[in-house]
Amino acid sequence: MKNLFRLFAIICALVVFTVSCASSDESPSVVAADDAPPLEVTDNDNCPTLTLATHDSFFVSDGVFDTFTADTCIKVKQVAAGDAGQMVSAAALTVDNPTADVMFGIDNTFLQRGLDAELFQPYQSELLSTVPEALQLDPEYRVTPIDYGDVCANYWIDALPGAAPSTLDDLIDPTNANQFVTQNPETSSPGFAFLLATIARYGDGWPDYWQALVDNGVSITAGWEDAYYGEFIAGGGDRSIVMSYASSPPAEVIFADPPIDAPPTGVLFDSCFRQIEFAGVLAGTENPIAAGQLIDFMLGTTFQQDIPLNMFVYPANSDAQLPETFENFGALADEPLTMTPAEIEANREAWTEQWVEIVLS
Amino acid sequence: MGVAASALPMVFLAVFFVWPVANLIWRGLGDDISRLGEVLTGERFLRVIWFTLWQACASTALTAVIAAPLTWAIANRRFTGRRVARVLVTVPFVLPTVVVGGAFIAVMDRFGLNDGSLRLRHTVWAILIAHVFFNVAVVVRTVGGFWSQLDREQELAAQTLGATPWQAFREVTIPRLAPSVWSSLSIVFLFTFTSFAVVLLLGGPRRSTIETEIYRWAVTRGDISTAAALSVVQIAAVVALVALNQWLQGGVAATSSLLGDRAIAAKGRRQRVAVAAAVGGTGLFLAVPVVVLIERSLRLGGNLTFENYLSLGDRVRLLPVSALDAVANSLLFGLAAAGIALVIGGMGAIAVVHGTGAIRHMLSVGLLLPLGTSAVTLGFGVLITLDKGWLDLRSSWWIIPITQGLIGIPFVVRAVVPVMRAIDPSMREAAAVLGASPRQVRREIDLRIGTRALVTGVGFAFAISLGEFGATSFVGRSPDQLTVPLAIERLLGTPGDLLRGQAMALSVILMVVTAAVVLVGDRVHPGDGGVL
Repeated sequence: MKNLFRLFAIICALVVFTVSCASSDESPSVVAADDAPPLEVTDNDNCPTLTLATHDSFFVSDGVFDTFTADTCIKVKQVAAGDAGQMVSAAALTVDNPTADVMFGIDNTFLQRGLDAELFQPYQSELLSTVPEALQLDPEYRVTPIDYGDVCANYWIDALPGAAPSTLDDLIDPTNANQFVTQNPETSSPGFAFLLATIARYGDGWPDYWQALVDNGVSITAGWEDAYYGEFIAGGGDRSIVMSYASSPPAEVIFADPPIDAPPTGVLFDSCFRQIEFAGVLAGTENPIAAGQLIDFMLGTTFQQDIPLNMFVYPANSDAQLPETFENFGALADEPLTMTPAEIEANREAWTEQWVEIVLS
Repeated sequence: MGVAASALPMVFLAVFFVWPVANLIWRGLGDDISRLGEVLTGERFLRVIWFTLWQACASTALTAVIAAPLTWAIANRRFTGRRVARVLVTVPFVLPTVVVGGAFIAVMDRFGLNDGSLRLRHTVWAILIAHVFFNVAVVVRTVGGFWSQLDREQELAAQTLGATPWQAFREVTIPRLAPSVWSSLSIVFLFTFTSFAVVLLLGGPRRSTIETEIYRWAVTRGDISTAAALSVVQIAAVVALVALNQWLQGGVAATSSLLGDRAIAAKGRRQRVAVAAAVGGTGLFLAVPVVVLIERSLRLGGNLTFENYLSLGDRVRLLPVSALDAVANSLLFGLAAAGIALVIGGMGAIAVVHGTGAIRHMLSVGLLLPLGTSAVTLGFGVLITLDKGWLDLRSSWWIIPITQGLIGIPFVVRAVVPVMRAIDPSMREAAAVLGASPRQVRREIDLRIGTRALVTGVGFAFAISLGEFGATSFVGRSPDQLTVPLAIERLLGTPGDLLRGQAMALSVILMVVTAAVVLVGDRVHPGDGGVL
């Protein structure tokens, strides 16, 4: 037995070694932060570090926050934990003792839950003047719009059985029988956005539309990946229409190999639901002023222009320049379908239950 | 000794599991316990609970059947590639479900199994087959390791007394293998009981289990009360089933003479054919999706190329660090999680074997529980519990290997306990009579016999950490702590052939790294004389 204990001792040593490796891994990044351009504010000791909570899909270019740190001396520590739903639910559970100062990535489908849980404290950024009115959903300024995009059906141009679909009704046309794949609104955010789109369009008649979709052979997957890469032509599937994003065609161009001139996919703009992502100062932060400065930075052009090619959504600040691929192949719906966050939260459960009855029973 | 060894596992379990989970359940049901009653009587919930139970039972039984031939061959016969086979079965364990799901669907398409009456996609069969694919390794390695060390004297004696080989197998071998079989099957059961992505991706939108329902209520709907009620049901079911398992095991605990590897070379044509069929059959089942995956990783724009691999060295767009850094991160977390599982699981096993009464039973059931508990319950529980002072681990690096270690500990305990229980006290006495010092006895018998099981268990803990995607997704991570499964998920989340190819290549690298580490682990057998 003593030998087993000796083995434990060796492993303990190994664990300690691992930890020290981990901490030495961390120190270079601290040094790197100190290597940043000389700070304008000399009062180094009082520079706060803000924690920015995000969802897992949040991504910015290297060093974007360095400009912010150089200008304000405030450091930013990013922490991602799960998808937007996980992030908002976790924040609601920890509202008395938040894990972060600022949250990014709560969207209009989850916004009301965040507001009801009193996650945020108001902050009115001066840069809101650059943001279109339609994106500003909270009159009390508890959250600030940062980016937006459209969730829309995409089609594979060369594989359509008939003409390119142009309206929601084309999806229930027999020509497109067994061609459309979308996601379960209970497990997927584009799937939920599409359910909301049909409710926004057809009102009380939405169950009939979905019944027609079922009769026309719609396929339902759990998430975006298994729809786009599983059943859609893109991944070797046999369906030519998939629920995705208005920005998917530019992504197809940017991440093509060998390079291609034009995307293989097109967007059914009539099906688009607008998704807006917000940032907010979390109630209970010890640094509300610094947190407000971070919101300003995220709405500024440096950060805003970094958004499209990293997260494949559009900057909320209308002064921000779009990259070329977005100018050429990306497009937004002129009149996207929308719904107020309050209406979404109030009916989420009833609608999804009814959807399950119609589509899955 | 049992008491001393039980202290650390008890504290670890209490702080990192019992307290957070109890706290979350209290948060959900403390004010209003009625939700629990509604869950237990609601027709939809009862259907979900029933489906969860039966699919886990069916998956476990099917895993046992599919794993049996390969387990027999690896335990009893020496053949070329035996060591490699033992390592390769572990590979499916770490593959992200999204990737495996895609490979399965591709295989089904190729054999025309996606249409008509043969349609496999979105059926319960797809769930069962995927569960078998992921779990064959647990049976092959745990039972196979135990079996290969079992002496053959008793079977030979039975046959000398007139029993046929089949009678000897049924009457002598099976009862002696039972503790190890029960152990590994209880792990498989818990694993499939709480399976999440397989159910969602392969089972289709109509099927849900307690695990997927907890996620739906807690995360999509933000209803912690219902999620907590479902968690209570889940944990109660797990405790009941584990207790039943212990009780069944209690009757069959028997000591055997465990020695080094007792496998013999396959002799004669018939035996060679049997081994080839056993290895080839299970092997083919495990290999097909993996081969599809490798093929996909080599494909770019219709050509076969290594481009997807070569581009991983550079910083891939959409990833905050290079793919190789992600591999390094995963290895680091894996090593830490395996270390935790080794220390806590190893001490836990000693406590379970040598401990007394209540403590022994509590640890025996308790150390299994994290495997049977929802990732949501544990993840959210940690968030609202370990949030003060030095225990504020919510955004600490440490919480990741701790959470993964919790899930790895049962593998260590369940591999080691049957082996340690089976050590025949007369072996130690005989060694002492023959002049061995007490130290030699411990080194030559306990360590030599127990190490292989320990290594097997720790190997699983490591592999779980590499592939884990559930509970850790609730823990705040900074961008430079990106792990391989997260990187794959992110690459597959944006359209584009390039990203997809890189995701496939990264999955293959994850397989290779796992296989390499498990291979090295398998060779670390102090005093094992180079067998296997």
